[in-house]
Amino acid sequence: MPNVMLKKNAEGKLVFYVPKKDLEEVAVSVEFDSPQQWGGEVVLGDGSKYYFDPQTPPKFPITLRAKRLDSGEE
Amino acid sequence: MTAMTREETEALIQEVLEVYPEQARKDRAKHLAVNDQSLEKSNKCITSNRKSLPGVMTIRGCAYAGSKGVVWGPIKDMIHISHGPVGCGQYSRAGRRNYYVGTTGVNTFGTMNFTSDFQEKDIVFGGDKKLAKIITEIEQLFPLNKGISVQSECPIGLIGDDIEAVSKKANKEIGKPVVPVRCEGFRGVSQSLGHHIANDAIRDWVLENRDGDESFPTTPYDVAVIGDYNIGGDAWASRTLLEEMGLRVVAQWSGDGTIAEMEKTPKVKLNLIHCYRSMNYIARHMEEKYNIPWIEYNFFGPTKIAESLRKIAALFDETIQAGAERVIERYKSEYDAVIAKYRPRLEGKRVMLYVGGLRPRHVIGAYEDLGMEVVGTGYEFGHNDDYDRTIKEMGNATLIYDDVTGYEFEEFVKKVKPDLIGSGIKEKYIFQKMGVPFRQMHSWDYSGPYHGYDGFAIFARDMDMTINNPCWKQIKAPWKTAANEQAAVAASAA
Repeated sequence: MPNVMLKKNAEGKLVFYVPKKDLEEVAVSVEFDSPQQWGGEVVLGDGSKYYFDPQTPPKFPITLRAKRLDSGEE
Repeated sequence: MTAMTREETEALIQEVLEVYPEQARKDRAKHLAVNDQSLEKSNKCITSNRKSLPGVMTIRGCAYAGSKGVVWGPIKDMIHISHGPVGCGQYSRAGRRNYYVGTTGVNTFGTMNFTSDFQEKDIVFGGDKKLAKIITEIEQLFPLNKGISVQSECPIGLIGDDIEAVSKKANKEIGKPVVPVRCEGFRGVSQSLGHHIANDAIRDWVLENRDGDESFPTTPYDVAVIGDYNIGGDAWASRTLLEEMGLRVVAQWSGDGTIAEMEKTPKVKLNLIHCYRSMNYIARHMEEKYNIPWIEYNFFGPTKIAESLRKIAALFDETIQAGAERVIERYKSEYDAVIAKYRPRLEGKRVMLYVGGLRPRHVIGAYEDLGMEVVGTGYEFGHNDDYDRTIKEMGNATLIYDDVTGYEFEEFVKKVKPDLIGSGIKEKYIFQKMGVPFRQMHSWDYSGPYHGYDGFAIFARDMDMTINNPCWKQIKAPWKTAANEQAAVAASAA
């Protein structure tokens, strides 16, 4: 359950950062990303998957707890 | 020697690894790589920020070095107590040449050493009382200090002293910030964790001091220079450029910096990060808490300076953008003259670097401006994200080494035969004795500044006077000339 720092980059894409892991990746897809609901499964550029509880869209940048679903390694 | 191919470089790494026992070889192999610009992420080719192997010669520092030496130490109007035995503070005192203005011992304390000088009885009975006493004494002797930080050395964590409680109490008594920093040397694998701990201490004990206080008048052009330690005057050379283009530099972190500047940083519009490795944490925190964006910039060499100035200006309005162009134009004749003078003397020379922080990637541009080529680079304590940023800066098939050992570095140099090595004091004399020109790139070999346009002129002169120094031709002992050696062989045979 890592704490993830989330922010939007200049292109408006979601950037993922986990401090202790030095993981800095752009999210490829976010399951729920509408004005009503945000969260669910998030897939990163390196293939790893994280899960956020669906919630009302937060104000980025923000630190949220995520569940790691798949490290993206074979 | 012409550039090495990918296969040659890979073969070189294998050859160097051969002498290690199997376990060590497997481990070290992960830290040595051949650069491949097509990669997006460094974790495909190199592992970093891991514990050094026992038995190899690493040149890393400790968490205390990262906190006291790098992040906190340069804050000039605070007194930084090296809490623990005397050695850690004394042997690292003033070694980084973080320049500052002020009267040392009166209102600034940068080059002084304050320590609690632990003795056996402090280890046995605890040092909290001593710490409280020291803070009172400091307050009496140096009343113009603006705050105190307690930099823990190893024993503090081992004996479990409660420096936080002492600090809180002292803070009430003296009415100034007293910051406990848990940067015991044994924490983490290198000084890198010390930077992080120091950043966290700033976040928890300093940054929010002026929250809700709007008395500081702000402008739309306020910026903070973060991660410039003013080595040899670097931050000053950077600051003038930013101010000339119309920005207002509110704070310098932490070279020639003060605690008041740090407390005002949450009021700025943009954080400029030079040393990403040691201060990205606080920038990310400020982005989240105060909504201050941050960008990385690079003030080594005219190409990168122009690039960075434009990048910074793009985040402001037209007046600043015009200001950036004006600055670049104003210094053009100066840096063109520097390049015209030194490039013919340095063209085609090959450089190997092994330093810490931001320099393994940031100085590449400055060398390229002089027509030189960086053929190998590595970080003492870099993380993945540093290498991510390095891959694109380095040429294809060049060597990349993480936490390189003394042996590996020597072997690489013997095979790659660079014309210049830029690394630290521990490597300096080995390579000079091998007859390879060397610059100590941690504190610019007691020269500097190297940042900014002013710094570039000094950088170019220093590289020239090192590489083209006639002493390198005299380095071979007179009795080791070819003729003498043959005579010696003949004599021993007779």
